Amino acid sequence: MITADDIPFLPRGVRVHRDRVRDAWVLLAPERAITLDTIGHAILTEIDGQRSFGEITAALAAKYNAPAEDIAKDSAGFLGALRDRRFLEVQP
Amino acid sequence: MTARPPIAMLAELTHRCPLSCPYCSNPLELARIDQEIDTETWKSVFRQAADLGVLQLHLSGGEPASRRDLVELVQAARDAGLYINLITSGIGLSERRLNELDAAGLDHIQLSLQGTDAEMADQIGGYKGGFKRKMQVAEWIKAIGFPLTLNAVLHRRNLHQLPRAIEMALEMGARRIEVATVQFHGWALKNRDTLMPTREQAREADTIVIEARARLRGKLVIDYVPADYHSDYPKRCMGGWGTTGLNVTPEGKVLPCHAAETIPHLVFDNVKETPLHKIWYEGSAFQAYRGTDWMQDPCKSCERKTVDFGGCRCQAMAIVGDANAVDPVCIKSPHHGALQVQADAHACAEGQDLIYRSAPGKPVPETVE
Repeated sequence: MITADDIPFLPRGVRVHRDRVRDAWVLLAPERAITLDTIGHAILTEIDGQRSFGEITAALAAKYNAPAEDIAKDSAGFLGALRDRRFLEVQP
Repeated sequence: MTARPPIAMLAELTHRCPLSCPYCSNPLELARIDQEIDTETWKSVFRQAADLGVLQLHLSGGEPASRRDLVELVQAARDAGLYINLITSGIGLSERRLNELDAAGLDHIQLSLQGTDAEMADQIGGYKGGFKRKMQVAEWIKAIGFPLTLNAVLHRRNLHQLPRAIEMALEMGARRIEVATVQFHGWALKNRDTLMPTREQAREADTIVIEARARLRGKLVIDYVPADYHSDYPKRCMGGWGTTGLNVTPEGKVLPCHAAETIPHLVFDNVKETPLHKIWYEGSAFQAYRGTDWMQDPCKSCERKTVDFGGCRCQAMAIVGDANAVDPVCIKSPHHGALQVQADAHACAEGQDLIYRSAPGKPVPETVE
């Protein structure tokens, strides 16, 4: 499970891409294309390899005027699933 | 029915390959170099594919590195906005060429594995020194930092090497391993007596994969293609015919799946004459088995009809002689029992030589027993 201090990043070969044909954001990764909903896209665009997961969820909470706790819980689930597929890494 | 845009395109850049694997998925009649479509045509196909909605481009072959314009093609595909996966044996890739591919924007490499040691790999690939070269290429891939999938192709002769293949994927720094039991199409159909896994091997592979997935969670992703003939339900081929992906042959023919040419009544359009958009949405080969309208029973009334779409049309053609029939792997097929008996017979056949893939003008490997 990702913790507040972890610094997540998208490893090489995983990138957010604008799908102009379907008018949607997608995450492109080896052998996979995952359609991103608004929340998924918001989380991934905050990930810059610099800021911690805690900082990112705090920023999202402020931006969307939502409880940081809820955002952290939802984001952790989403990022955990990506991490299991090796589409997301955490700074050692 | 109205089709949605495709997600993936498999571009078979060439049928040429230094290896001669006896399970090659290329057709028995291989395209010659003078039949291959040129660089500019491929570039146009990539742009058309991106406009059509394709996100993932798989560059395959034969051996795609046998195309001299590979780097230029990767560059063009990246310019078109595609995510590019190179499916290769590694033979034909030098360190310099890998660096050029890196600069051109290649996203991911899928490296095939014919065996976990030189003796097995070179015998299966029919190419002496191939394993050593592949290991060298794997080191370069790791040093450059390309995301890597190791694609271990398994069958009766090498299924016992599965645990070592998983270890090798970890050593190479691969994020993913594809454990692919040979599917019997193309050249593999000729080699069922040597390649068909036994039921016990298939079960053991299931166990090994389940254990390794749990142990390596978050470290190594294991995608698994189980032994087909020993299953009770067929595979959802290509994610559903004409729903997800398309395949362009070295000559520019556009197929709904790589084996579709084995269905004799299908007619395939060519990118040299017809826009890709029109082929995808209107081409008769794509319309033939799209959706469920073509089905007959037991598929038509089956609750799984939109789960597996009746399985593989090419397998129904190859084994039952009717591409509209249910895939004979299915437990509901009247041929299921016979197929299981046949699979067991193939699995215990003894003393058979490998029949290598052969191309005109290319020496056939000597079988080493």
